[in-house]
Amino acid sequence: MSTSPDLDRAAGVAPLVPPLPGPEDATLTVTALSVRLGGRAVLQDVSFSLTAGELTGLIGSNGAGKTTLLRAILGLQPISGGKVHLGPRRAGRSIGYVPQKVVLDPDLPVRARDLVQLGMDGHRLGIPLVPASKRQQVDRLLASVDAFHLADARVGALSGGEQQRVLIAHALATRPRLLLLDEPLANLDLRSTQETVTLLARIAREQGVAVLLSTHDINPLLPVMDRVIYLAGGRAATGKTGDVVRSDVLSALYGHHVDVFHAHGRVFVSVGEEHREDGCELVVDDCAGSSAPYVGDLR
Amino acid sequence: MSLLHVIFAPGLFSSPSVQAAMTVGGVVALVCAPVGVFTVMRGQSFAGHAFSDISATGGSAAFLLGISPLLGFALMGLAGAGAMEALGAGRHRGRDLVTGIVLGAGLGISALLLYLSTTVHTTTGAAVTVLFGSIFAVSSASWPTVIAFGAAALSLVAVVYRPLLLSSISPDLAAAQGTRASLVGAAYMGALALSVALSALTIGAILSTALLIGPAAAALRLAKTPGRATAWAGAIALGSVWAGIVLAYDSYGWPPVHQGWPVSFFVVTLVLICYLLAQLPAWRGR
Repeated sequence: MSTSPDLDRAAGVAPLVPPLPGPEDATLTVTALSVRLGGRAVLQDVSFSLTAGELTGLIGSNGAGKTTLLRAILGLQPISGGKVHLGPRRAGRSIGYVPQKVVLDPDLPVRARDLVQLGMDGHRLGIPLVPASKRQQVDRLLASVDAFHLADARVGALSGGEQQRVLIAHALATRPRLLLLDEPLANLDLRSTQETVTLLARIAREQGVAVLLSTHDINPLLPVMDRVIYLAGGRAATGKTGDVVRSDVLSALYGHHVDVFHAHGRVFVSVGEEHREDGCELVVDDCAGSSAPYVGDLR
Repeated sequence: MSLLHVIFAPGLFSSPSVQAAMTVGGVVALVCAPVGVFTVMRGQSFAGHAFSDISATGGSAAFLLGISPLLGFALMGLAGAGAMEALGAGRHRGRDLVTGIVLGAGLGISALLLYLSTTVHTTTGAAVTVLFGSIFAVSSASWPTVIAFGAAALSLVAVVYRPLLLSSISPDLAAAQGTRASLVGAAYMGALALSVALSALTIGAILSTALLIGPAAAALRLAKTPGRATAWAGAIALGSVWAGIVLAYDSYGWPPVHQGWPVSFFVVTLVLICYLLAQLPAWRGR
């Protein structure tokens, strides 16, 4: 485990496929995980471990199996092989989850604080009585995602980035050791994307949470990501970012030649002809060229 | 004659049938409020309407068999809830389709039963009573059933309140917390069926969703917490039902027939007015 992103991106390390077994104190260890959906192998032999305090990116194009992997970790998706092992438990639920595309209707009579409160006790029966201590806890959770000032606003009336922060507070309400986010950056503007990424990295470091978030665009994560799980064709390449996002490693993963270009602090993965028609893997869109010294590190 | 006497006609509060109507209507309004708030939040108004049509089937069967219409409304509603759950109305995609199919079947059977009623009992009032309500004709013998059904519906909502609220906000968030969506959904459907039955008794099977949906829809505009929305919905429903009863009593002297206008008309109209008034702040804000 390392808390220094700069050290993690040390240059010139041998490819990490297959990945190293997780360290003893891993928050989550996934071993040889396979999932079949309708006779099709969605995930095959996926192994990785997540460590407290680290932010891991789950990268892959649409249909690569990102959501399936997250749901398998949550136990919402039956697995056909392998093991998902959570490290030593703390009290309460040990996984926080922010699903993809949560639509919060503007008319919902629900304030941000109500939604965070439900993160704590939403599974309990009966009508809640909210004591002052719980209220303070909700205030602290909202403050930890820079959303304290939104506490009494309707959740449905908040902007996409604000809703995302409230949903993160909701997911953190049980003080989980593992925080999973499914495409949290989708439909966010440039500024909200950067704010969310920075916030998630801060949560990982300050609260000692292992954060795993899926995205189809690796670029916004480059400044803060400790590790990457790169999904393609049901298989995964995992390891430190600089060790995985390389032409040789990704070529082995895809089974044919893949180019990795670096330009202006952005990464550009060209998958080649076979995959072009399903949206190709070029992870370039309207998101920012980050100011991270990522290109330099890789060289 | 003072203005007070114009609004509250002499003899209003001493009339036993008005007292009965006020009591039953009050209970029904207060039960419909929380159930209605969840119905609107979950976007299941159409399912609520389907229940009202299914209830009409139960009510007309009860009329034909000569049993309490409330029992007919509720039993058929619960059966309909089971059918809709079994056919997959819980899944968002299939919901409209299944609801539509069950609704159509209910109304079809209802048409047959009401036709048979008119031939067997040689009464023509059955259709009007079942479809459009007869709160002044609610016998005091049915009070215990009304209260029991109301208590059952409120208890169901109270027990699953938090998981129901979370799944109404987002089914995905509820699933992530390990909530058993099917159990919560079944409890809610049961409460909905009972509320529709009670509402059907008050303002008629066809109109019963008006009392369920209208006050809740207005309340969602006015309140930003679930508790306050329920309070607003309760106040609007109660106000509409009671004012509707008063107006219906007043209308005995009105043209053209001098027999009184239906309570249901007044209640539904008042609910609509409340809903429109609740929209005003939003319009002004634009």
